Amino acid sequence: MQRPVEKAPSARGSRGESDRTSHADTGSAGEIVAQFEIRYTRFLDENGRAVRELPAFARDPDVMRPIYEHMVLTRALDRKAVALQRTGQLGTYPSSFGQEGTTVAIGAAMARDDVLLGTYRETGAMLFRGVRIAEILQYWGGDEAGSDYRGPGAPRADFPICVPIATHAPHAVGVAYAMKLRREPRVAVCALGDGATSKGDFYEALNGAGVWQLPLVFVIVNNQWAISVPRSAQSHAETLAQKAIAAGIPAEQVDGDDAVAVYQAMRNALSAARDGAGPHVVEALTYRLSDHTTADDASRYRSADELERRRALDPIARLRSHLERAKLWSEADERRLEEATAARIEQAAAEFLALPPPPPEAMFDHLFAQLPEALREQRDALVAAAAAHRAETVSGEEDGQ
Amino acid sequence: MSGAAAAAGAADQGRHSTLSEITLVEAVNAALAHELEADPSVLVLGEDVGVNGGVFRATAGLYERFGPERVVDTPLAETLIAGMSIGLAAQGMRPVAEIQFMGFIYPAVDQLLNHASRLRNRTRGRLSCPMVLRAPCGAGIHAPEHHSESTESLFAHIPGLRVVVPSSPARAYGLLLAAIRDPDPVVFLEPTRIYRLVKENVRDDGTALPLDVCFVLRDGGDVTLVTWGAATRETLEAAERLAQDGVEAEVIDVATLAPLDMQTILESVEKTGRCVIVHEAARNVGVGAEIAARIADEGLMSLLAPIKRVTGWDTVVPYAKLEHDYMPRPEAIVAAVRETMEAA
Ligand SMILES: Cc1ncc(C[n+]2csc(CCOP(=O)(O)OP(=O)(O)O)c2C)c(N)n1
Ligand SMILES: [Mg+2]
Repeated sequence: MQRPVEKAPSARGSRGESDRTSHADTGSAGEIVAQFEIRYTRFLDENGRAVRELPAFARDPDVMRPIYEHMVLTRALDRKAVALQRTGQLGTYPSSFGQEGTTVAIGAAMARDDVLLGTYRETGAMLFRGVRIAEILQYWGGDEAGSDYRGPGAPRADFPICVPIATHAPHAVGVAYAMKLRREPRVAVCALGDGATSKGDFYEALNGAGVWQLPLVFVIVNNQWAISVPRSAQSHAETLAQKAIAAGIPAEQVDGDDAVAVYQAMRNALSAARDGAGPHVVEALTYRLSDHTTADDASRYRSADELERRRALDPIARLRSHLERAKLWSEADERRLEEATAARIEQAAAEFLALPPPPPEAMFDHLFAQLPEALREQRDALVAAAAAHRAETVSGEEDGQ
Repeated sequence: MSGAAAAAGAADQGRHSTLSEITLVEAVNAALAHELEADPSVLVLGEDVGVNGGVFRATAGLYERFGPERVVDTPLAETLIAGMSIGLAAQGMRPVAEIQFMGFIYPAVDQLLNHASRLRNRTRGRLSCPMVLRAPCGAGIHAPEHHSESTESLFAHIPGLRVVVPSSPARAYGLLLAAIRDPDPVVFLEPTRIYRLVKENVRDDGTALPLDVCFVLRDGGDVTLVTWGAATRETLEAAERLAQDGVEAEVIDVATLAPLDMQTILESVEKTGRCVIVHEAARNVGVGAEIAARIADEGLMSLLAPIKRVTGWDTVVPYAKLEHDYMPRPEAIVAAVRETMEAA
């Protein structure tokens, strides 16, 4: 099991860049040539009380209120999406229930021109960056057009969510390389899961980011599970963050259920990367309170006790307590937000449900910039077959079937 | 193409030079240099492509001319090379990545299949992937194990990907220019056996060749020989031998294996009534099988004889001692043609 998050980090040491002769010879064990440590940061405990001095932004309503509002929005969207799936109106859906503090803080910390490369569980970051709710539903409803982000201020350069685990990590290296080559003050952010850190793609990407000192921030969203495989079975390393050390990249752990901690770590990492200080790895310790997806039943592999314990760490309740205590939020605010969120979700769901299905030829029309002559015949055949099938279905319905 | 590239392309007229008697690998180098010069978004990356100029010298001199930021020595990581090319391409760059040998391209297949070939489709055109992945291919140079495969059909099977195999210096130059300028991902396979086998004059004027038509290398009315890559050499030699016996073979270099230009092949078969397909790759589920199936489907009535295939065996490509027993020989091609001539 992951060590208790309250405790001081167990992984320690310091990267010894210092000259070897200054180290004491430790006898037969040889001299120490490299040491490292991984630090863990949390600002708010599970009751939303500050456990250390808060950064100034934690009392800034312009920063904190949008984060809280998007966390609530993310949870409401997840709830709606699961309901739509259960009633056959949406495909398999991966909820980020419990991870709202991490996913929203990632999106909030990024600049508009930065590029997000995330998984299927970064809904909060996507919403914060301007992906529309209806687009997210359209995507999970089975239409790739949902990944053609078109809302006002949409993050047009962001990658579509990545399904094959960790395969987007190398993309982030290329994106960051382009930014650095063009001397742009932009950063790529690659969010991936605890399971993803076991893949070679992740190591290759870390290594490349280190070699070229790219403006790239990796966020390991450690929700303790990769479907049914627990964190403890994923790696024997004390922290996943320390995997960055081997690539020469600084890394840290934060309490992923404390949006203040995630935001702070991301802000620092992003601004350092923007200033040319190179890549950074943030491991956010959080928990997936939902099933892996709507196609999963987590009770097959994890105990009700564990779930109960983790529910108590709820990132939304925690942040709300802090905001209320800091006088940034009131009961009236909460009621207004509840109403506004429900209305937004209902409106987006109605918009999604009214969308026409994509035309069948869409599968050909975006395969290449221009359809090669060699594929024209197949496209025509598809259009004809689909039209005939539809006509038959309609006449069947008219026959009273 | 970026505006800068278009302008440079236009400016080319008047100051182009003819590269005299260059090899295929030198033509690759010339095309890379041309595009690096013409388009600031082009960059070259791969293992040992920088200071060393590539293990086959395909990138020789580019590092000195264009600097380490655009001629990039990568860590030894094929997934990274392919994957970061996708990231670069999505950002509007034009990466030309080199995989050192075909045998090491397979980690990149995941990236090509799951991402490069479908990024445009997945985002409905919001993002695209104008990248080129170059790799040497084929047997015949006494290389170590794992260095001699011809697995082009794996790539031709991936929708959304272009697969190109040049067979001469001029075609290598023109097709590589086209591949780099193409708005979609291209796998560009360079047959090592003919890297230095033939030399010809190539005009370094930035003129690209089309990516979706076959090249007719030799006219003939008796039989159609369909081939690509290094096997074009043996096929042309077989055609010469057949001509001595009065059999005129038409030789088609497919060159762009995907998407496949069947038009040229079908028109030729309509004229000759006979077809022999020659490729170095193993026969089973090779690109030749697709071509044969398409002829059977769309050109059966013009056939006078069954379609024949002369290919590598369905075995592991043997290590150096036996590699010449693996590759199609001119005699085998001649024999296959004779069979089709005798059939009708
Ligand atoms: C390469 C790959 N292998 C397997 C899968 C099937 N799969 C989907 S999600 C998942 C677990 C991922 O765990 P993690 O990286 O921790 O992310 P999480 O789902 O917890 O957010 C698996 C095995 C996949 N999508 N991609
Ligand atoms: Mg996980």
